[in-house]
Amino acid sequence: MKEGVMYTGIPSREELAACPGVPSKERMAEGRVAVIECVQEIPCNPCESSCRFGAITIGEQITDLPTLHGEKCTGCGMCVASCPGLAITIVDKTYSDTEAVIEFPFEYLPLPQKGDIVDAVNRAGETVCRGTVTSVKKLPAFAGTAVIGIAVPKEFADEVRSMKRLKRA
Amino acid sequence: MKKIVTDVAIIGAGSAGLSAAYQAATAGADVLVIDENSRPGGQLFKQIHKFFGSKAHQAGTRGYVIGEQLLEKVEKSGATVMLDSLVYGLLPDKSMGVISNGVNYSVKAKKIIIASGAKENYMAFPGSTLPGVMGAGAAQTMVNVNRVLPGERILMVGSGNVGLIVSYQLMQAGAEVVGIVEGAPKIGGYGVHAGKIRRAGVPIYVGHTIKRVYGREEVEGVEIAALDEKWNMIPGTEKQFDVDTVCLAVGLNPMTELVWMAGCKFDFIPSFGGHVPLHDENMETTVPGVYVAGDVTGVEEASSAMEEGNMAGVAAAEALGYISHEEAAEKKAEIRARLDTLRSGFFGAGRKANKEKQLADMQAYKDGMEKGAAC
Amino acid sequence: MRVIEHPILDELKDSKTVTLYYNGQPIEALEGEPIASALMNAGIRVFRTTAKRHEPRGIFCAIGRCTDCMMIVDGIPNTRTCVTKVKDGMRVEKQEGLASLKPQE
Repeated sequence: MKEGVMYTGIPSREELAACPGVPSKERMAEGRVAVIECVQEIPCNPCESSCRFGAITIGEQITDLPTLHGEKCTGCGMCVASCPGLAITIVDKTYSDTEAVIEFPFEYLPLPQKGDIVDAVNRAGETVCRGTVTSVKKLPAFAGTAVIGIAVPKEFADEVRSMKRLKRA
Repeated sequence: MKKIVTDVAIIGAGSAGLSAAYQAATAGADVLVIDENSRPGGQLFKQIHKFFGSKAHQAGTRGYVIGEQLLEKVEKSGATVMLDSLVYGLLPDKSMGVISNGVNYSVKAKKIIIASGAKENYMAFPGSTLPGVMGAGAAQTMVNVNRVLPGERILMVGSGNVGLIVSYQLMQAGAEVVGIVEGAPKIGGYGVHAGKIRRAGVPIYVGHTIKRVYGREEVEGVEIAALDEKWNMIPGTEKQFDVDTVCLAVGLNPMTELVWMAGCKFDFIPSFGGHVPLHDENMETTVPGVYVAGDVTGVEEASSAMEEGNMAGVAAAEALGYISHEEAAEKKAEIRARLDTLRSGFFGAGRKANKEKQLADMQAYKDGMEKGAAC
Repeated sequence: MRVIEHPILDELKDSKTVTLYYNGQPIEALEGEPIASALMNAGIRVFRTTAKRHEPRGIFCAIGRCTDCMMIVDGIPNTRTCVTKVKDGMRVEKQEGLASLKPQE
């Protein structure tokens, strides 16, 4: 089976490595940072204006891929809910000695609560480990999108991108 | 028969029609929008995802919110919106027959803008007529507008943006999507939409098709199979799923009946949905004074429909003398730039080429007419 | 099944309910919704049968184009239930084949 976003819906390792929205290893090691997994040229640029630090640039041609400037990114997370493609997460590899935090957009019900233990899933929706919910944010500026933070073992920080949906009552 | 006379009559109160109405009425024209539905907005109100594009296209705003804003603008512009009203006939002299709540009207307009939209394609396979097989757009209307789940376990056919977005929205409403089936060897829609689906654990079967749907009175299950390079099913690759609903997201086709009736000339562009009317940069067809806008001119999406509506509205107001050529030229250049942006990049290139062909064929038609007149 | 709570849309509440009669049986519907969605909510998906082969048909397009959802509504056959709004006390019947037009009173 062919790899890559066009065949599977999941960006391949190569696509992510070449993606200008994905911060460097060094920047990732420094703490909270936006990871923009946007690998296809689509006409879209809300992430650029959502960042008040100028850490995301696209430019005049709005089909260009967003570039993340790691040195300017504070990991504030305002870009996460701005992305109509839900392709942005915040990754904090300095959360603790053993755990990293992943903050991702979530548009399903029910929402988890802080402290809940949930199934952390990878880009294919497969459960890779358990995660502890560290934050549940739903600001008016997010326009309906919730941003959930979960702490997971550090070795899964580059894999975990969401959580398994919870059963409806 | 009651008679109505107006400057601009617009058929369809969706993305394109409302945008056209806003532009023409703001310029000062007397505008009447006619729509057969009981609510305006066309298909905008079932779009609950955040739109793509740039700030100028209201990117990041959810479709139904854009719909509410557009409606408010139209109400303030002074345009009249006539609902529950079906245009059943349109003559080249720009008069039309309208039936509204059992009353027959004759509407005569100086300029007509047809913004009738598109309808979903059908796909035939054993069991495809069973209740429970429905258009993806229909399912989207059911969950997001009527707030009813069309089913609990659903298979989606087609991985274009409609198939991907509707699958996601069905899950948001509480349904389970067992998979998306795509005949082509790759996913048709945006990777980011596919990514949402995958993170939710839904498989996307590229290079697969639906073999049959089974069930006595309603859908009870579905069988899919892998395809070889010649699009033939490969025996032994069948998979079965217990589902109660199968949604078809296999494209749309423009609703051009009234455009044909008006006597407009057509192009045939398969990836635009088939027959599409020739039109110029002003969205004017080969019948002077009859304009088109939105999906009826070739299936794209809501953002470009709104811009084409803006273009037709400005052009009609200009032709009627409500705005100067200078002002109109400025507005049209802005709209053109926004349309170009929407038709750029990997996914927009095909639509851009389609539009260029349509415009070139229109020019060739005009040139031919001039030559003919000179002989 | 009704979609009451929704992650994006407002919670569905305070909607006025009305009663329609499907083949004589009362069904609760929301005022102003299409007949088709009220029936779908009640789990009714077979709306009519075809004239020649008596095959079941239900909703396909939900925008009034395909005519698969036609039923007899208050005595009038071939009514497109996806674009016809529910009214309190409305009588809706499954349509078998091409029902004949009854002369109006």
